[in-house]
Amino acid sequence: MDFTFWDILRNLLVGLQWTLLLSLVAFACGGVAGLLLLLARISRLQALRVLARGYIELFQGTPLLMQLFMVFFGIALLGVDVSPWLAAAVALTLFTSAFLAEIWRGCVESIGRGQWEAAESLAMSRLEVLRHVVLPQALRIAIAPTVGFSVQVVKGTAVTSIIGFSELTKTGGMLANATFEPFMVYGLVALGYFLLCYPLSLAAYRLERRLNVTA
Amino acid sequence: MAYQFDFLPVLDNADLLLQGAFFTLSLTAVGTLLGVGLGIIGAVLRAWRIKPFNQVFGLYVELIRNTPFIVQLFFIFFGLPALGVRMNEWEAAVLAMVINLGAYSTEIIRAGIQAIPGGQLEAAAALAMNRLEIFRHVVLRPALAKVWPALSSQIIIVMLGSAVCSQISTEELSFAANFIQSRNFRAFETYLVTTLLYLAMAILIRQLLAWVGRRFVVGGR
Repeated sequence: MDFTFWDILRNLLVGLQWTLLLSLVAFACGGVAGLLLLLARISRLQALRVLARGYIELFQGTPLLMQLFMVFFGIALLGVDVSPWLAAAVALTLFTSAFLAEIWRGCVESIGRGQWEAAESLAMSRLEVLRHVVLPQALRIAIAPTVGFSVQVVKGTAVTSIIGFSELTKTGGMLANATFEPFMVYGLVALGYFLLCYPLSLAAYRLERRLNVTA
Repeated sequence: MAYQFDFLPVLDNADLLLQGAFFTLSLTAVGTLLGVGLGIIGAVLRAWRIKPFNQVFGLYVELIRNTPFIVQLFFIFFGLPALGVRMNEWEAAVLAMVINLGAYSTEIIRAGIQAIPGGQLEAAAALAMNRLEIFRHVVLRPALAKVWPALSSQIIIVMLGSAVCSQISTEELSFAANFIQSRNFRAFETYLVTTLLYLAMAILIRQLLAWVGRRFVVGGR
């Protein structure tokens, strides 16, 4: 079977859609999990803090590929039939949450102690201080690095090709084998990622500059 | 029916895992030396706006930072032979790591160079230091000292990222893990032990780089 250039492009676009979908799922779920992790990381309970710190160290200190394999084969041990899509989504969510929690912790801690003390002297509870005083300010600082990290999530999805999830890289691999045109196919794959990631990088850079000017 | 964990079939292959870990560390060492070297050159060209290399490195940095490492690796290993550039799996792995780290460290070190106040350069010139001395003592070293933590993190990220090199059959740590689990069918246990090995290596490299930083870059003379 012969592939025209348009066949290759069309197939790659299908792969690109899966890359995009996986990135969105991982980022959304990782954001929610990361927020919970952040609360644990700055909690007053030492046990929670230690647990959250250990989790973050583990996911920041090991390869994403190994995390994928652990999730892929780990869920299978529970007797659940696990698809590459599910394993990819779960592993990337765990990965994303660890990094986002650590990024956000830095933002929360950059809010001065005086703010906490002032709010506490107004008899606000810890949760109220977080909600009304600290998090709104931290959120502003967090936007640029969070957008910047989304690039890492999109690029991270490429590793899921190894457990057989048919996203952009996996599709590219199959097309390269079928067409014997690896140079063009991998070039197009790289271009696909670039088109997804570069606008995000640019946005992060602009946001960072705007914040520095107004702050 | 609960799963019975059995780590013995993994530990029987400890020699393979340790050998793989050694190769991963070797890849990282070579990749780091060449990658940071490339980064220093790129950072100077970018920071001092030396045309046309300034633009060339700008494009290179954006291309590499916005595409996944595994795609860069596949492009080098599977794509480049079409242009007649053939290399074995080790050369491709090292080249991919150097190109990848080179791009990130260009940006990281450039930030360090640009953070040096102009007055310091003038002060150095007033002390009759020549251009090479100024570059070494007043530009490069303070710049590296400023960005050392960021550079260290990036080196660790590259080490962890090298796990995907097993996909082009470079026989590093994750390749050893794949090989072992394909023979003992203890995938979870094998990857758990391998993951912990990677974690230990990340901690080791962090300590090592912190020591190098204190000893040669930040502190002392």
